Amino acid sequence: MRNFFLFLLKEHFFFLFFILEVFSFVLIIQNNYYQKSVFINSSNEFTGGVFKTFNDISQYFSLKDANRKLSEENARLMNEAKKYYFKSNNNVFSQIDTLFHNDTLYVQQYEFVSAKVINNSINKRNNYLTINKGSNNGITKDMGVITSDGIVGIVMDVSPHFSSILSVLHKDSKISAKVKKNGHLGTVIWKGGAYRTAELIDIPTHVKPSIGDTIITSGNSTSFPEGINIGTILSYKIEKGDNFYNISIKLSTDFNNISYAYVIKNIMKGELDKINKNEIND
Amino acid sequence: MINLISRNIIRFIFLVLFQVIVLNNIQLNGYINPYLYVLFIIMLPFETPKWLLIISSFLLGLFIDIFSGTIGVHAAACVFLAYCRPAVLRVVSSKKEYEQGIYPIIRDLGFRWFFSYSLILVSVHHILLFFLEAFSFREFFSTFFRSFLSIIFTMLLIVISQYIMYRPKKK
Repeated sequence: MRNFFLFLLKEHFFFLFFILEVFSFVLIIQNNYYQKSVFINSSNEFTGGVFKTFNDISQYFSLKDANRKLSEENARLMNEAKKYYFKSNNNVFSQIDTLFHNDTLYVQQYEFVSAKVINNSINKRNNYLTINKGSNNGITKDMGVITSDGIVGIVMDVSPHFSSILSVLHKDSKISAKVKKNGHLGTVIWKGGAYRTAELIDIPTHVKPSIGDTIITSGNSTSFPEGINIGTILSYKIEKGDNFYNISIKLSTDFNNISYAYVIKNIMKGELDKINKNEIND
Repeated sequence: MINLISRNIIRFIFLVLFQVIVLNNIQLNGYINPYLYVLFIIMLPFETPKWLLIISSFLLGLFIDIFSGTIGVHAAACVFLAYCRPAVLRVVSSKKEYEQGIYPIIRDLGFRWFFSYSLILVSVHHILLFFLEAFSFREFFSTFFRSFLSIIFTMLLIVISQYIMYRPKKK
């Protein structure tokens, strides 16, 4: 012990230096916000890195389940969104004073069913998709199909467990669309070729389109609610003597990469179809 | 002896005040920030006990820290500087012995000796200080460049102060 103290005394300069230097560093890290954050972050980086590596590996095992849950969750949220509710005029209050809002003001018009795409093609002239939900889940012909990016197509045929969808990439596909900016109506068709581009026709020449304008569904058809993304304008031109633009659009849905889709049930479809039919008959 | 101690205490107070009131407000281009206060450690007499050297350096750095709001940064650099001083004194040899009545100043030991001695200590102090301030090696060259410019400016002030405080001996 005596030797130890002698040693301390002999090397007091170094020990004093060491103690004061450590003390200074403690002061730096305790009292300066920036240095503190750097110190804590770099020490967390190590432990965090270990946990992250573990998680990166283990999450693959539950990926399938997580995707299914997310997709169902999305469908549920979309069902609740006010945007897809039909505003009812039967309500007495809404006729008297719009300030009265109660729950009966909005009647749900659209319902979403999430489904997995089990078959898909993009390289043919007429493309179809198949999803794993059918008439057992209430899917019927002419329902619209979308992803979170934009439209996919329209249900063409249903079996109890599966549905066949007429893709936008089909010669019979005609989607009623409008330019989001000014509301002019047109129709989206596909002339074959590249699967990311389609044509927007029937936009009259007095309208001034510009590149990058968003094209959305018009809401005029019973298949799609208003405001679903279709794509953006890539280029436009007028053929000589033509009254309409030839607009080429970039589809917002990547058809090559669809795994989950939502089928849109229009609850008021029957009612709408009936009234439209009467119009034609008259 | 009492005269020597009081002179060092006065120098301590003067350098701290000069640093925090005048020099800390000089930041040319955000690069050059002279730290003249290290002159106190440089000019401590040779016979200062080592424990006193290191504790007074720590206090000096701590005072500067308190005034500039960077607790610990200057203290750490000053303690390291004090630790280096005896070794630097051994390396930088002089024709004259480090004897009683001789101080580490230009008047007593000549310009060349004083310049190399203080340049080493100032460099050690400034490089450590600037890296502690940046607390990362990510901007290594930028930090190094900033400390380099400040070393030049601090050395300039140290040499000027030497000629102001002590007139050269008439031979």
